[in-house]
Amino acid sequence: MAQALMTETPVRADAGRFGGTPSIELRDVSKFFGQVPAVSGISLEVRQGEFLTLLGPSGCGKTTTLRMIGGFELPSAGEIVIEGEAMGDRPPYRRPVNTVFQNYALFPHMTVGQNVSYGLEMTGVPKPERQRRVAEALDMVRLPHVENRKPAELSGGQQQRVALARALVNRPAVLLLDEPLGALDLKLRKTMQLELKQLNREVGATFVYVTHDQEEALTMSDRIAVMNEGRILQLGTPGDIYERPRTRFVADFIGQTNFLEVEVIGSDGAAVEVDLPGSGPLRARPPEGVPAQGTMTLAVRPEKISLMADLPGSEIPGWDRLSGRLEEIIYVGTYTQYVLRLPGGQELAVHRQNRAVGEGEHPMGETLTVVFNPQSAALLAD
Amino acid sequence: MASIAAPTSEQTIAAARSERRPGGLWLLLPGPLGWMVFFYLVPLVILLVHAFWSVDYLTIQRTFTLENFRTLLTNDLYLRVLGRTAAMAAVVTLADLCLAFPLAYFLAKRVTKHRELLLLLVIFPLWSSYLIRVFAWKTILGTNGILNSFLLTVGVIDQPATAFLYSKTAMFLTFSQVWLPFMILPLFTVLDRLPNSFIEAASDLGANPWRTFRSVILPLSLPGILAGSLSVFSLTLGDYITPTLLGGPGDQMIGRLVADNFGMSNNWPLGATLVVPILVLVSLFIAVANRFGALGRTAA
Amino acid sequence: MSSALPVSVDGRPRPARRGLLGRSGAGDRALALVSLLVFLFLYLPLVVVVVYSFSAAEIAVWPIEGWTLDWYRELSRDKEIHEALQLSVIIGVVSASIAVVLGTLAALAIDRYEFPGKAALRFAVVLPITLPGIVTGVAMLSFFSVLTWPMSRWTLIIGHTTFCIALVLNTVVARLGQLPRNISEASADLGAPPWRTFWRVTFPLIRPAILAGAVLAFTLSFDEVIVSFFLQGREPTLPLLIWGRLRIGLSPEINATATVIVLVSLAAVLVSNRLSKQATLGG
Ligand SMILES: Nc1ncnc2c1ncn2[C@@H]1O[C@H](COP(=O)(O)OP(=O)(O)OP(=O)(O)O)[C@@H](O)[C@H]1O
Ligand SMILES: [Mg+2]
Repeated sequence: MAQALMTETPVRADAGRFGGTPSIELRDVSKFFGQVPAVSGISLEVRQGEFLTLLGPSGCGKTTTLRMIGGFELPSAGEIVIEGEAMGDRPPYRRPVNTVFQNYALFPHMTVGQNVSYGLEMTGVPKPERQRRVAEALDMVRLPHVENRKPAELSGGQQQRVALARALVNRPAVLLLDEPLGALDLKLRKTMQLELKQLNREVGATFVYVTHDQEEALTMSDRIAVMNEGRILQLGTPGDIYERPRTRFVADFIGQTNFLEVEVIGSDGAAVEVDLPGSGPLRARPPEGVPAQGTMTLAVRPEKISLMADLPGSEIPGWDRLSGRLEEIIYVGTYTQYVLRLPGGQELAVHRQNRAVGEGEHPMGETLTVVFNPQSAALLAD
Repeated sequence: MASIAAPTSEQTIAAARSERRPGGLWLLLPGPLGWMVFFYLVPLVILLVHAFWSVDYLTIQRTFTLENFRTLLTNDLYLRVLGRTAAMAAVVTLADLCLAFPLAYFLAKRVTKHRELLLLLVIFPLWSSYLIRVFAWKTILGTNGILNSFLLTVGVIDQPATAFLYSKTAMFLTFSQVWLPFMILPLFTVLDRLPNSFIEAASDLGANPWRTFRSVILPLSLPGILAGSLSVFSLTLGDYITPTLLGGPGDQMIGRLVADNFGMSNNWPLGATLVVPILVLVSLFIAVANRFGALGRTAA
Repeated sequence: MSSALPVSVDGRPRPARRGLLGRSGAGDRALALVSLLVFLFLYLPLVVVVVYSFSAAEIAVWPIEGWTLDWYRELSRDKEIHEALQLSVIIGVVSASIAVVLGTLAALAIDRYEFPGKAALRFAVVLPITLPGIVTGVAMLSFFSVLTWPMSRWTLIIGHTTFCIALVLNTVVARLGQLPRNISEASADLGAPPWRTFWRVTFPLIRPAILAGAVLAFTLSFDEVIVSFFLQGREPTLPLLIWGRLRIGLSPEINATATVIVLVSLAAVLVSNRLSKQATLGG
């Protein structure tokens, strides 16, 4: 369906450092478990050295996709090409790919050193070089001095790093990571996110990362593939995905979004004019890939909306303007969420930064006017 | 929980493995499968075939006949022995259940120190020779045995009682003791896994101890009860050592008849026929136990 | 859920939550007492055998009038017993060894693969320890006689192996089930072909379970009498020899023999327990 056009996402400036043949290509890959489709016709190109994240809700097929790349599952249909070579039914031990498993899967009967050198041993790297590279890899993940310990004697975060070192020491062309930070606490997770991103730059391997945490995906990735029900709904940079979601699902899954049902009135090239029942005409960014016509959904994120009262100037030309009764105030720390009831009965959430204590408080029931840039208002077909 | 929607990763792995290299099965399966088929299942079939043969003087006539089954069903002796054996097996099973439950519960839920040692002590008799334990009972219960001489010394009786040995009671006592560990072990396993919070929750809700036992502990330990009962029932049903050493002339049991027919009486076809009711009874028990999920982890 | 206060929701004082039978320590004490009695019952015969193996009297009577080591001396001179012991050890070792190989193979197949008849195979393997031993005994006897194989130590080994496989299978399958998930996948991922994964990862991790299964299999074979009775050749195993002598009459020497056997079993159980503990601790 929409995939054809998604894979054609233009290469953006920030992707400039990735060149040459794609590191991984999935060509119309499907996977059925019995009658149940887990992955339905995914096509995807991952570039050399790229940090690509598969993001989606539980059960959407992320793990299955990753396992097919790793060779633990064979596709029911389609083809997987890694570093220019079609994988066919090649087993995991003959793929230029290493995996960091969610539960680390360290070998409990081996020391950390033995764990890390395992892959080198399997490929027949001589002992002196093995020792050097193991030390190097442990250094790289900031874990010196634990070589002789057993995995059980390490903390979760340390085990995580060992798993990472064990994979990276083989200098794989592709590193697969399935929710590797899932078991760590929030603080450690944040640190590891940064470190992973840094490692990706340092070692130059292609990283394919699986998570269902949108924030993690946004911070770490060069590109994100948003998945649902075995399909890729949208592929793009974090900015792309966040600012220009193509479907209601993507807009809803990542961040918070107001959805308003509108009727298209007309278009002037730069913007589309729509009618919001009860509130009148608004202007919105033209939709991508679908014509602007009939009933559509207007999507606008709460933090893109400002209270009129907060703006220095009284009028901003060309901005959309809405009024509604203040029905709910939720204090969230860095911002406060206001929920307005529009004249047409719709709800509209607005996020207002908490700049100074006690600044411009509004009582419940007050009628507020809010404004937003039409370029922040996306029109979605569904 | 969401077991239907999301298969566990074990399932995923198992499925993946099977899809990948069923080749490995060709390495793993033929040995054990071949052994079990050739040395166990085929012998079972041959045994059953014997039941349809007959014996002429001392040679087996390999022609089909239902004569043995007719004998089994019409001859009072066999039916009585069968009934007695089944009754003995049932009573021993019940007795062991009553004896094992408190001990297993105590070990699983009350003991905190030296648990492992205690459990080991309970398991140990299971591995110590069964024959020796049966023989010990004969020493204890014999006419000149320990019990009689003890009672004589103490003055309870003034001449040795013959009632202890060679009786159903002696057999019952012996069976109950020798098979007891087979009951304790699976019971301990289920009770150990039963979260304390279940029991506490039930009494929190105001259930008295008996209600808690009946509505929480008992149903949840059913798999263990059935697994243990199956072992004890089956072991008693087929035994011929205890009846030989401790049973009286009127206490014949089916296992002994089978053994005699394959031994001194040398009537294998009849012996094989007598195995059939044993198989039927145990199969029924297995079917019941299986329905309640008791065979998932029958403790060996 | 359970609040920390010893008062139930409706304000009534709540009975103490401990105890299966009673509201307080009384129930627990009763439970402990019953448990102790059952425990004594369990050990009574073993204690009798061991104690009377040192009693001087020809027959076991109460009270014991004198102590002696004569029965052990007699035992040490008893050629028949020595030969039977030797045979029992040989049969135990050979049967346990074959069972270890076959049981481990079956356990791996059951743990790793989905195949039709998997449940049936598992069921068939444990059938010899589920059905009464006499069934196995007479079935094999009929089988060997149809094949006209003479009864010998080999028929005994075949019989013992058949029920020992179940023990090995059970211990090894349990251990395989506890292995960290994905661990053989991780090995394959790092470039190890299946056989190297087996020797470097799977086997070291299940080795203690295999050994524990082997020891238990040996113990079971060493003590077995019901199946052996039907499959013996001219030479008896130790339990068969005892069985034969028991039918003639009791002798205190049997107590001494029994004590030795009990000690052997005890050692085996301790070793096996050691090994399975190692297995669960992850080596
Ligand atoms: N071995 C299997 N057998 C049957 N169905 C499977 C198997 N593995 C996965 N599935 C199904 O395929 C779908 C995708 O599963 P997958 O594990 O790829 O999801 P996921 O996106 O990784 O989810 P999560 O975030 O929960 O890990 C799910 O509906 C799952 O139930
Ligand atoms: Mg997953």
